[in-house]
Amino acid sequence: MGWAAIRAYTILVYLFMFLPVAVVVLLSFNQNQFGSFPMTGFSIRWFEALWNNDAVMRAFRTSLILGLLTALISTTLGVLASLALVRYAIPGKNLITTILIAPILVPEVVLAVALLLFLNWLGIGKSFALLLAGHVIFTLPFVILVVQARLVSIRRDVEEAALSLGASPVQTFFSVTLPLLMPAVAAGALFAFTISFDDITGTLFWKPGGVETVPTQIFSMLRNSISPEINALGTVMIVITVGLPLLGAAIARQISMKRGM
Amino acid sequence: MSVEAREKRQPWILLSPALGAVALLLLIPLVFIVVYSFWLRSAVGPDTVGFHLDNWQRALTDPFYRYILLNTLKIAAITTFFCALLGYPAAYFITRSSGNKLILLLLLMLPFWISYIIRTMSWINILGSSGALNTALMSMGVISSPIQMLYNEATVILGLVHFLLPFMVLNIYVSLDGIDTNLEDAATSLGATRWQAFLQVTLPLSLPGLAAGGLLCFVLGAGTYITPLILGGPRDAMFANLVFEAIITQLNWPMGSALSLLLLIVLGALVAVYNRFLGMSQLTKGLG
Repeated sequence: MGWAAIRAYTILVYLFMFLPVAVVVLLSFNQNQFGSFPMTGFSIRWFEALWNNDAVMRAFRTSLILGLLTALISTTLGVLASLALVRYAIPGKNLITTILIAPILVPEVVLAVALLLFLNWLGIGKSFALLLAGHVIFTLPFVILVVQARLVSIRRDVEEAALSLGASPVQTFFSVTLPLLMPAVAAGALFAFTISFDDITGTLFWKPGGVETVPTQIFSMLRNSISPEINALGTVMIVITVGLPLLGAAIARQISMKRGM
Repeated sequence: MSVEAREKRQPWILLSPALGAVALLLLIPLVFIVVYSFWLRSAVGPDTVGFHLDNWQRALTDPFYRYILLNTLKIAAITTFFCALLGYPAAYFITRSSGNKLILLLLLMLPFWISYIIRTMSWINILGSSGALNTALMSMGVISSPIQMLYNEATVILGLVHFLLPFMVLNIYVSLDGIDTNLEDAATSLGATRWQAFLQVTLPLSLPGLAAGGLLCFVLGAGTYITPLILGGPRDAMFANLVFEAIITQLNWPMGSALSLLLLIVLGALVAVYNRFLGMSQLTKGLG
């Protein structure tokens, strides 16, 4: 018992977290026609099969459009609200923050049911619009949390300098605040996109029949049994949802390094 | 309009789209399903508007619903326990390791970016009848035909622990990281063994993180219906599965409203209790 034991334990915990996912990636390159063990060779045939699978490609398009629109709307709403919360002394700030965070305090199933029933009563049944509304409301708290955290660290005096030199508030926003804000906006948008792209709990309630997103497509393919195609689809999703943030971080770093010089 | 008045209105103009969205897409819908839960489903045509207690009576007294509710809480509790058991030592190691702390933290964040459904279904590759474990056991000659390891309550818990563990580790890490390591050193220099110092100094100070992680694991675990659908058998439904069944399969929306509100009340009560009592000092005092 001691440090070595804790280290070994931690390694096992990390293996537990990552080994199953690693197996998904490994099996997606398996040549074996049943896609199961043993591995018989390296092949990208399952990715080709995905590319030729119309249902999967449709699901991809749906997920992409939904994710991009969600990110756009959610980030716009979130950035405006964060600006108000960080930059102004407003009465009842704690209550307002709690209300804005409420969509992640309520279990997602309950949120899904409430939204479905209410919008249906208003005449908006299961549709892309309902799906978009659900994804926006569910991602908004995350955007607000991320953007607020970044916003606090932006110094106010640069904006004040611009204002005192004669720029209008609108000019100041677009030529000073927004550029400084860009990393926060990008982080918020990326977060919203990823959460939307991954969501299944709410999506299964909101999606109209016949429309699938990538996670619901995987879910319905699982009904039959696990196939190498599902593993390949999983690998593509991992590349998108893990690769995009890494790429974003790398680009942000490049930009800030250039600015620094 | 005066400058001051404009300055005063500005934050509200910025806030109104977001607040409007939350009101229209969450708060009003929640009130709406409260009303809806008192309506009745009719065999044909639209649901009957009115004030009927039938759905609530059934939700609260039906033994099947009660069994599923208790079972859901049990599964969530076991899941939370295992998350703490696996997560605490790992979080402790991350906090105290010097060299690879950054990599360990980065790896810890990674599961948050990997889709929940991928992580859940990944276990089929490990435990399925042609999965890694069965294949390995058969090639070693331990078993001659694959054993059924999937689709039971244990695999549901396994999937939930796998899904929720990062939340636990992260919360414990945050509170451990805020503890001054000098405190433990002081305890040992005053004669405590390292283990005593940990039990009496570090562990109590890290309880807020453990409690926060525990609450998160419990609430998220108790609200899931996807994991039982993928990794559970037909008898392993959780409470959210009942909601899904009522709304999507049976189209009994008034009943679905009552059931989802019941889930909200039970989990909300838990969060309220946490808020009220675990002003944290309370918890640490109780252990001292």
